[in-house]
Amino acid sequence: MATNNNKKTKADQKNKHNPTLAMLLSIIPGLGQAYNKRYLKGAAIFILFAAFMITMFDYMSSGLNGLITLGEVERIDDSRVFLSEGILSLIFLTFFLSFYGLNIVDAKKDAIKIQNGWRVSGVVEGFRNAWDTGFPYLLVGPGALLLIFVVLFPLLFMGFLAFTNYSLYNAPPRALLEWVGFKNFIDLFTITELRTTFVNVLSWTLIWTFLATSLSIALAMFLSILTNDSRLKGKKLIRTVFILPWAVPGFVTIIIFTALFNDNFGAINADIIEPLFNTSIPWLTDSTWTKVALIMIQVWLGFPFIYALFTGVLQGISSDWYEAADMDGASRWQKFQHITFPHLMFATGPLLITQFTFNFNNFNIIYLFNNGGPPVRGQSAGGTDILISWIYNLTFTNSQYSLAAAISIILGLFVATFAFFQFRRSSSFKEEGNF
Amino acid sequence: MAKQPMSRKTKNTLEIALMYAIIGVMFVIIIYPLLWAFGMSLNPSSNLYGASIIPENWSFVHYEWLFTNPRSNYLTWYKNTLMVSISVAIVGTLLVSFTAYAFSRYRFRGRTYGLYAFLLLQMFPVLMAMVALYILLNTIGLLDSLLGLIIIYIGGNIPMNAFLVKGYFDTLPKELDESAKMDGAGHFRIFFQILLPLAKPILAVVALFNFMNPFMDFILPRIVLRSPENFTLALGLFNFVNDQFSNNFTRFAAGAILIALPIATVYLFLQKYLISGLSAGATKG
Repeated sequence: MATNNNKKTKADQKNKHNPTLAMLLSIIPGLGQAYNKRYLKGAAIFILFAAFMITMFDYMSSGLNGLITLGEVERIDDSRVFLSEGILSLIFLTFFLSFYGLNIVDAKKDAIKIQNGWRVSGVVEGFRNAWDTGFPYLLVGPGALLLIFVVLFPLLFMGFLAFTNYSLYNAPPRALLEWVGFKNFIDLFTITELRTTFVNVLSWTLIWTFLATSLSIALAMFLSILTNDSRLKGKKLIRTVFILPWAVPGFVTIIIFTALFNDNFGAINADIIEPLFNTSIPWLTDSTWTKVALIMIQVWLGFPFIYALFTGVLQGISSDWYEAADMDGASRWQKFQHITFPHLMFATGPLLITQFTFNFNNFNIIYLFNNGGPPVRGQSAGGTDILISWIYNLTFTNSQYSLAAAISIILGLFVATFAFFQFRRSSSFKEEGNF
Repeated sequence: MAKQPMSRKTKNTLEIALMYAIIGVMFVIIIYPLLWAFGMSLNPSSNLYGASIIPENWSFVHYEWLFTNPRSNYLTWYKNTLMVSISVAIVGTLLVSFTAYAFSRYRFRGRTYGLYAFLLLQMFPVLMAMVALYILLNTIGLLDSLLGLIIIYIGGNIPMNAFLVKGYFDTLPKELDESAKMDGAGHFRIFFQILLPLAKPILAVVALFNFMNPFMDFILPRIVLRSPENFTLALGLFNFVNDQFSNNFTRFAAGAILIALPIATVYLFLQKYLISGLSAGATKG
């Protein structure tokens, strides 16, 4: 009898507690939790939300409003401040909305648990649960916060900037910025001067990325196979020297090369080209020769790292493969084609892709070697500027901020495409699928 | 019959000779520019015209100038760079290990989105947002301050390094922290006393990268820093050649060799760890 009675009351409780009501109540944060009889949690949530609303409401509403107007009084309102406060407000708003959503979901979850006969635990246990679930957020928090302000915020700022008219002639605090929609992008494709510059820069960027990277890979492959030969002595010394260009800071070597390639007194012209061919090559004044020099230097700089990777892989290939191939009478080329090459590519594929992304954005060498030059008449980009160095010039030399931001977005699209391929082949994400 | 082994032998010798010849050419191509720069740094004149790799009357005047001349900021730059490097190495590595630990060991709401966001942000170089960074630092008054530089370095390095360390944490057996939990160890104790010591190798690599980067990067300092007494080494040296190219190249060479030498030594000694660290980061991320 007693047990029967007990069951009945439990069933009653089960029916009475209503998850939908808990959800509806938590439209006012904390009330749903109170309905679930988790009073302390409810109070904490309510206080947090109330505090946030009281302190941030004015800031956020004026921030979002400023994001729309970008300031109204010339010379007093600084549009850049309006823009950054607007973006900050957007970030806060996103946080607020997601926490608000979490609060509702939390109330519903607890209510369902109670409906199924779960008993609300004591205060101490509640605290421990909160500590356990909250701990990972505590760990991620500082890093994520920094990331939001140092990486995400500038990226967003740049994204918004691309849709304004910020340039040398229209620069805050002197003038107000305005939203101009896709004008900067349309300009890029319709104004003839800009379009030719853009096409030139983009095509050179792609050629540069492809040639500089694949030649480095080819040289690294050749040398690593060469130095893996068992008949060779002094391998340790050879490998140390071959890795040297990687070990010396890049900006130092690039500046050294700039001096070596100098048209007038550089050693390359004075000691090699002139005695041998009786002419001198305009390395820094002719854009084709600058391009040749750039690719050679990048191969010099870039091959050692890949060489080290390849050497590691080659040492790991079992000699059984080659012995079996010898039995079958395979030629050297066949052995390379069917054993060495697949091994190298399989082991280092994703790394080689990052080499391409690296060169696509390889600002240092372009800027340091010849500052993107030689200059080209009638365009803001030099003869060897790649997208990222062109953006730099537009920002710091020409003060064409909005245009630079628009090109940055286009650059970002390229990067995102690379990223997509990385996503798909990234091993750690295939494992993540299980969780 | 007697001829064939002979010809094979000659072919063999020829091949080996050819290999050594190729390696010799590569040696010259690799070493010549570095040796030339060293020769320049010993050249007492500041003129590159007709300068030969072995200066006739070599001297250490440029090295002396860097350290003793009152107009030289070299030591200040060294101090600045060390300050930036050490703060980035310590704070950056600590933050990254926290983040990586959470992503590796906890299944919390928003984890997958967080991982995707990190992976995506890792692809975008901080440099891409330089327009915004410049304007922003200008508006909030952190332009020309080392603090601004440190913050950008730490934040910008988080996504990639977090993946590196997370990948390493993933390889450590979970039973370790589970048994520690059984014994009543708290979250912090498990992290600091069990996992962190085990992850030392990868943390050392990350700290080393964080430490070296400010010595080699000149572009971010160039955007952020304005006055010479705030410069880092790389930026200061870059300005030697940026202002009047031929005039100060020999001085640049002297200053550059003083940072290239220790960095190259560290890289050569630790190449195995650094390369494995770099490749792990790329394949995991």
